[in-house]
Amino acid sequence: MMLLGLYNYWIVVMLMMIGFYIVIAHGNLIKKLVGLTIFQTSVFIFYISMGNVDSGSAPILAEGVARYSNPLPHVLILTAIVVGIATTALGLALVVRIKESYGSIEEHEIQIQDQLTEDKT
Amino acid sequence: MIAIAIVRTKDLLAVVMLTGIYGLLSASFFVVLDAVDVAFTEAAVGAGISGLLMLAAITMTGRAEAPKRHKPLLALLVVFVTGGMLIYGTLDMPYFGSFDAPIHQHVAPRYINDSMQEVGVPNIVTSVLASYRAFDTLGEVAVIFTAGIGVLSLLSLPRRRRSSQLDESSKDQMHEQHMVLRIISKILIPFILLFALYVQFHGDFGPGGGFQAGVIFAAAIILYAMLFGLETARRVFNQSIIQLIAAIGLLLYASVGVVSLFNGGNFLDYNVLAQDPIAGQHLGILLIELGVGCTVTAVMIIIFFNFAGRREAQQHSTKQNSHELNSTDQSCTELKEAE
Repeated sequence: MMLLGLYNYWIVVMLMMIGFYIVIAHGNLIKKLVGLTIFQTSVFIFYISMGNVDSGSAPILAEGVARYSNPLPHVLILTAIVVGIATTALGLALVVRIKESYGSIEEHEIQIQDQLTEDKT
Repeated sequence: MIAIAIVRTKDLLAVVMLTGIYGLLSASFFVVLDAVDVAFTEAAVGAGISGLLMLAAITMTGRAEAPKRHKPLLALLVVFVTGGMLIYGTLDMPYFGSFDAPIHQHVAPRYINDSMQEVGVPNIVTSVLASYRAFDTLGEVAVIFTAGIGVLSLLSLPRRRRSSQLDESSKDQMHEQHMVLRIISKILIPFILLFALYVQFHGDFGPGGGFQAGVIFAAAIILYAMLFGLETARRVFNQSIIQLIAAIGLLLYASVGVVSLFNGGNFLDYNVLAQDPIAGQHLGILLIELGVGCTVTAVMIIIFFNFAGRREAQQHSTKQNSHELNSTDQSCTELKEAE
């Protein structure tokens, strides 16, 4: 019973580890970016769930509401989401350029090609 | 569970679809946790724009993932050890929803109790975002702007390079097929834009603000670009003007700070902007939210146009993909309607 109160953190850790696993175990660069996105979302959920208060209401001041959720994590995460999509787009742009110059987005194929060019020089 | 499905799936297209669902689910999760502003953003970004950008990238890079050659045992081990340690770390954390947790003791009570007197805006999230922590937000807008520049420099093409008639006609034919979608979107787009403006200017009182409005506005324009062809959209929204808007948004934000410096306050201290501090705060918040909205919208459009432009230049066999693009787009529209 005591430990059940921590379930939100466990969900976060699970999601985080799934994202982490995708990043380290998959070779495909787009898949890696998806993994990073999941990791990112888990951090969002972590912050938001920390800001939540029992029987609290959304942090918009109104009559007759005594207790609000903590607005600070909301602010941080709100901006983090938009920054996150911008940086993800930058990552995708890099992937597209890698595809153009290497003809592949699989990590090991890129490494093989790099090896070959190094041997030549 | 969807996350696990993403791990297992090899087909990148399916992965992207699952990411969209995942984004929508986390948005509803945020609503449950009373974070309405965040849910707003996540619904527009996670379920709409991010999926679209990934789709655009996949059409250029191919959708099949190569099978793994090595056993992922080591990776699994690392993941389990890290996860185990993190869970051990959570044992000392405050319980979910408890109101005596350290996070609620520090600055949050001041925001909740005093923001009405100090800033005069009912939505605490907006007042913290735009007034108390305006400097943070300025930095974040700058990051978004920089990412936009980055995408522009990586993917932009020399303009007016291709003008083949054949390409043009095939595109027309392709768009003829989506008559229903085009008509419906024509009806919907004005409402989405109106809604975005409402979110922009009503952000002081209800959930909303520059970031949310920016992504919704951009989503509407992207919808237009997708259904009526990139060329048409390029004609309507001139690229260089949009790039200018992105810069103007950031400049507007920073110049509000400079003006408050000149008026004898600190950087981004809105109290000195008008005779009455509260009116000054209102003016300051309105202006910087406008700046944020401009920059976010413009950067999202720049990013999408560059991805899509690159794709059109690269491949001509994208008919099949555009079907799928349209279907995601529709779900993105439905989502906004639901809100």
